[in-house]
Amino acid sequence: MLEILKELDYSPLLISLKTGIAATIVSFFVGIWLAGRVVRMSERKKAVADGILTLPMVLPPTVAGFFLLLLFSRRRTIGIFLFDTFDLKIVQTWLGCVIAATVIALPLMYRNARATFEQVDSNLIFAARTLGMSERKIFWKVILPTAAPGVASGTILTFARAIGEYGATSMLAGNIAGKTGTISQKIAMVIQDGNYQLAGIWVAIIIVISFGIVVSINLVTGRRMKNVTRW
Amino acid sequence: MMIHVDIEKDFQSFKLMSKFVGDDDRIGILGASGCGKSMTLKAIAGIITPDKGRILVNDQVYFDSEKNINVPTQKRNIGYLFQNYALFPTMTVEKNIAAGLGGRKPEEIKERVAIMIKKFALKGLEKRYPKELSGGQQQRVALARIMAYEPEVLMLDEPFSALDSFLKDNLKMEMKHLLDEYEGGMIMVSHSRDEIYEFTNQLLLMDQGCMVELGKTRDLFAKPYRMETARLTGCKNISAITKLDENHVYAKEWGITLETVDKVHNDITHVGIRSHHINRSEKEQINSFLFEILEQSETPFEYKYIVKKSGSNHCHMWWQVPKNKENIVTRQQGGYLHIQPEDVMLLSSK
Repeated sequence: MLEILKELDYSPLLISLKTGIAATIVSFFVGIWLAGRVVRMSERKKAVADGILTLPMVLPPTVAGFFLLLLFSRRRTIGIFLFDTFDLKIVQTWLGCVIAATVIALPLMYRNARATFEQVDSNLIFAARTLGMSERKIFWKVILPTAAPGVASGTILTFARAIGEYGATSMLAGNIAGKTGTISQKIAMVIQDGNYQLAGIWVAIIIVISFGIVVSINLVTGRRMKNVTRW
Repeated sequence: MMIHVDIEKDFQSFKLMSKFVGDDDRIGILGASGCGKSMTLKAIAGIITPDKGRILVNDQVYFDSEKNINVPTQKRNIGYLFQNYALFPTMTVEKNIAAGLGGRKPEEIKERVAIMIKKFALKGLEKRYPKELSGGQQQRVALARIMAYEPEVLMLDEPFSALDSFLKDNLKMEMKHLLDEYEGGMIMVSHSRDEIYEFTNQLLLMDQGCMVELGKTRDLFAKPYRMETARLTGCKNISAITKLDENHVYAKEWGITLETVDKVHNDITHVGIRSHHINRSEKEQINSFLFEILEQSETPFEYKYIVKKSGSNHCHMWWQVPKNKENIVTRQQGGYLHIQPEDVMLLSSK
């Protein structure tokens, strides 16, 4: 058993972690920004915007993969443009992993942030306005800190979802060993080969990572957030 | 302070039609919950936007739907004390007080916060979070935060309703002293008659989204003109009348004839008698009637009775007497109740 661990090619672990971290960072800022925008929209606009932003979460990841391929294929406008101007390749690259994971995980960040923003006591916002604070300052100094527990849990979920992404990633980035081969793709591949032992090791690794991260972040934020009253 | 409000806003459940001109530095708005008093205050502060109308404070136009003016809350220079104080939960006491001081030099902010900490007796609590403070302390922090901002107008929205009753009296006294030093105008909204009476000189009464009456606070309590005013200022006994002559009316609902001090003009449709103004007497005299007790209850310092004219089918009246050993009355005891002619309030329902 130990020998197998010693000889294991750890690249899927590294690729998954890197992808997860990158996708979480992007989702964190984009998700918060989107949530801040949507909260202020009128009911009708909100319903539509929220629907679009939630779609990647409820549709099969392969549907997201389909659209991402349509967008970024080097035979199509955006793909050609990105390659010609920035020398950027998305399909079959690590960047593809990040984009696929981000698209799938972003709704979790956005929805969690939005839900907590909506729960912030509106009197806090009104009070801030009567004290002359600008809308931008109110968002960063009042709303975001007060909503921190929800934002934190959104971040955790985003990360957990991003490191486990399979469907859209396999379509957009493929499974190139050492380049785009994430843990989830590795598991699927070795099971097809009938190697249940190796699959089990990777399953164990991803369980330990996900569980460990979720628990540790829970502990940290739990202690930090004591100033915000929760039931 | 000059304040001119003439606004309309349609809510699904009711329509707010606030219209008044206030010219005192201590204005109160009194009304039952849901009458639109808080909404009026919020509209002046710019927290809600009326559908149409005008709001002017000290000659500055805050809102004018015709001229398309709607000054943002940030620029109205209004200090608003929220019912739940709305302290920022993630900021310490110091940071809360400094919240409205953005754009000033750091030394100036520090100095201003220090002055407020001292003035509002918050020494030692600077690093605490709102959750770690008592209700009274939270209120002082909220006031300190507002006063540090030096608002032109101060708005108090049910300022004592979140406090325990045994703390209230002390806090009211404290607040009074603090307000005495404040030179700007103040508008206070409350459903508590006591608070309004203690804190304001000019009073606006509201009912179902509309203004009922505006006047000097003391006058409105002593001599209300509108029937709703009498009810809102706590008058429990109101009856329709028939005018007998210039100084006599017949209260239809109670079946008694009353002599009045004031002349009964033709617009008078009702009389009101405060339950404290009813007295017991052994003998018959002016404005007296034989009574019987229908219900009785007692609070720590008061007896409350529901009474009616003896042997009649007329409506009941409320009678309240301060407690002392002599004045407990039981159902069996007879006697008269009487009302001083000057305590008969002449009211109009128009």
